[in-house]
Amino acid sequence: METTSPVERLLRGIAITLVCLFFMFPIVWIVLMSFQTNETILRVPPSVIFAPTLENYTALITGKLETQAGTLDIDFMGNLWNSLFLSTASVAIGLILGVPAAYAFARLKFRGSEDIAFTLLSFRFAPPLLVLLPLTIYFQQLGLANTYGGLIWVYQLIVLPLILWIVRGYFEDIPADIEYAYRIAGHDFWSTFRRIALPLAGPGIAAAGLLSFIFAWNNFVFALVLASADKQPVTVGALAFVTASGIQYGQVAAGIVLSIAPTFALALYAQRYLVEGLSLGAVKG
Amino acid sequence: MTITLKNIRKAFKTNTVLEDVSLSVATGETLVLFGPSGAGKTVLLRLIAGVIEPDAGEIHVNGQNMAGVEPEDRGIGMAFQNFALFPHMDAFANIAAPLTARHQSKAVMKDTVEKVARLLKIDHVLHHKPKELSNGQKQRTALARALSAAPSILLLDDPLRNVDAKLRFEMRLELPRLLKDQNATVIYVTQDYKEAMALGHRIAVMNDHGIQQIGTPQDIYLSPANTDIARLFGDPVITLLDVVPERRAGQVVALISDTAIPLLEDYAPQIGQACILGLRPEALRFVSEDTPGAIPVEVEAETPLNEKTVTLALTLRGREIMVSRPAGTPGPTSGRAHIAVDAASAILFDRASGRRIAPVHKIIRKEEVA
Repeated sequence: METTSPVERLLRGIAITLVCLFFMFPIVWIVLMSFQTNETILRVPPSVIFAPTLENYTALITGKLETQAGTLDIDFMGNLWNSLFLSTASVAIGLILGVPAAYAFARLKFRGSEDIAFTLLSFRFAPPLLVLLPLTIYFQQLGLANTYGGLIWVYQLIVLPLILWIVRGYFEDIPADIEYAYRIAGHDFWSTFRRIALPLAGPGIAAAGLLSFIFAWNNFVFALVLASADKQPVTVGALAFVTASGIQYGQVAAGIVLSIAPTFALALYAQRYLVEGLSLGAVKG
Repeated sequence: MTITLKNIRKAFKTNTVLEDVSLSVATGETLVLFGPSGAGKTVLLRLIAGVIEPDAGEIHVNGQNMAGVEPEDRGIGMAFQNFALFPHMDAFANIAAPLTARHQSKAVMKDTVEKVARLLKIDHVLHHKPKELSNGQKQRTALARALSAAPSILLLDDPLRNVDAKLRFEMRLELPRLLKDQNATVIYVTQDYKEAMALGHRIAVMNDHGIQQIGTPQDIYLSPANTDIARLFGDPVITLLDVVPERRAGQVVALISDTAIPLLEDYAPQIGQACILGLRPEALRFVSEDTPGAIPVEVEAETPLNEKTVTLALTLRGREIMVSRPAGTPGPTSGRAHIAVDAASAILFDRASGRRIAPVHKIIRKEEVA
C-alpha cells in the first residue's frame, strides 16, 4: 500500500469537492427553489438566504395551485401515482417477458436468434416520435389510446430491450456445466431455470429492472402523445405549471423533488447492483 | 447397468469430434477413457449424460435406447472437471441436490449427505459455500454430489485434474475402493496414465475422433496398438528406435549399434521392412561386456525415481535409450556400459502407419477361435 502525502490528499479532496459541487449544484438549487416563492426565486441577484416556505408542497399535495390569476386545479399527486403505476407495471411485464427471452437467447442457439435479439435492441435506436405518429392512429382505432394498458404496452419499447440485453449477458456468464449438473442430478428444465439460472443472474435482473424503471419513469413523449390528463405521469403533468400567469418555478421545483425522490432512493439503495449489472452484463453481452 | 454406444458421431459445426465410436461397458465395470485433450472424452461423457445429443448413432443404458430421454431421467451421477458446484448453495445443498430431485424426506436426506460427506472427509465443511472451500474440498463435494443418490451409473470427468499433487495421490488410492463400494458402472475420464492404470478395469484410449484401443491396463501397456499409445503410457517413456528386421544365423534380428538383437520368430514377415522397435525401460538391463547380444552404450544421466532408477544412455550412433532398474540395485552411473534386451517384451511397429505389428502366432490363434 503506497502512502499518499498530505498535499496530495488535500488536492485530491479539493478535486473531489469540485466535481461533487459541479454535479450536485443543479439538484441542490432545485431543492432550495422548492422551498421558495416565485418572488424570491426570480429576484436579482439570486441569494441562498430566504425564508423557507412549504406552500409549494402544500399546493402540490392539495392540488390547488394559487396564482395571481386565481386558483388552478392540478392533479400532481395523480400524476405521481400514474408514474409509479406505469413504471412498476411496465418493468414487471418487461421482466416476465424479458427474462425468459433473455435466457432463450443466451442458451438456446436457434435459427435467427441473433437477428431477433438485434431487432429487439434496435427498438432503442428508433426515434420515439417516428414510432408514435402511426401508433397514435392505431391506438385510437383499437381503443388503446389513453389507457394504462396501451401505455404499458408502448413502454415495453423502452423496458424490454434493456432487460433483454443486460440479463442475457448475465445468463451467458453462468457456466453451462452448473445447469447441466443440476439437470443430471435429476431436476427438470423448469426447476433448473428457477433454482439455478434465476438466482445466479439475480444481480443482473435487479440491475436491469432498476435501470429500466428509471428509463420508464423519465419517459416523456410516449405519455405526452398517448395519454390525456388523467393517465399522465409526472414528466408530462409538470407542463401544468406553465400557467397563463407565468411559470410557477417554486411548484415546478417541488414537483421535481417529489418526482425524482423515488428513483433517487431506489438508485442509492441499489447502486452497487447497478454498476455491477451494467459493467458485467452489458459489456460482455 | 450396462452402457452401450453404437456408431456415435458428433460434430460441432464443421469440427468433427467423434466419428463412429462404439463402446460397451459392463455392469460394475470401471472403464477409463484416456487420451490427450481434444480427443473427445468429455463430449462422449456428455452424450451419455444426455446434455448433448449425438448426430448419429445410439446410446443404450441397460438395453434401453436413450434417444430423447432427458438428462434428469437417465439416473446418472456425474462429476465435472471444473466441479460445476452451485455457487449459491452450501456444500450440504450441493450434495443434497440429487436427493431433493428424488423427493427424499429431510431426515433421510440429512443422513445420506452426512454419510457420503464423512466418507469423503468433508463433513466439517458442509455449511460452507463453494467459494469458501479449498480446491480439494470442492472436488470432494462434486464427487459427493455425484455419489449421494447412489446412481448405478457414474460418469467422472477428470475429477482429479484441478487438485494438487498430494490430494491426487491420496484420491488415486481411495477411489478404487470407493467405486467398488458403490457397485456402479463407472466411466472415468483422465489424461493421466497412472490414474488410468490404477482405476480402470479396462482402458479405452481415445485420439483422432475415436477409440484407438480398448483393453486391460496390462494390454495397453504391453501391447499398445500404435506408437502414439506406446508413448502416452509409461513413465519414463518407451524408447522407440527405427530398425529394419533381418535374418542372421537363422534368427529374426534387429540391429542396434551393429549388434543383432534377437526378435521373436513371429516377426519373420517383417524382414526387410521399415519398422520401429519399442523397448520399455524395464525390458532393458545392464549386463557385462561379454554377454551375448550386449549393446555398447554411453551413460548420459541417471535419475532416481522413488521405486526405480532411470538411466538415459546413448548408443554409439547417438540414439537415446531409457533403461530402468529397481532402486538400490547396482548400475553404471557414467561412461561406457552394456545393455541387453529382453526379446519377448520388445514391441515392433510399422514405421509408415505407426501401428503395432501383431506377432503372427497371435493372429493365427484368433483365426482358429473364429
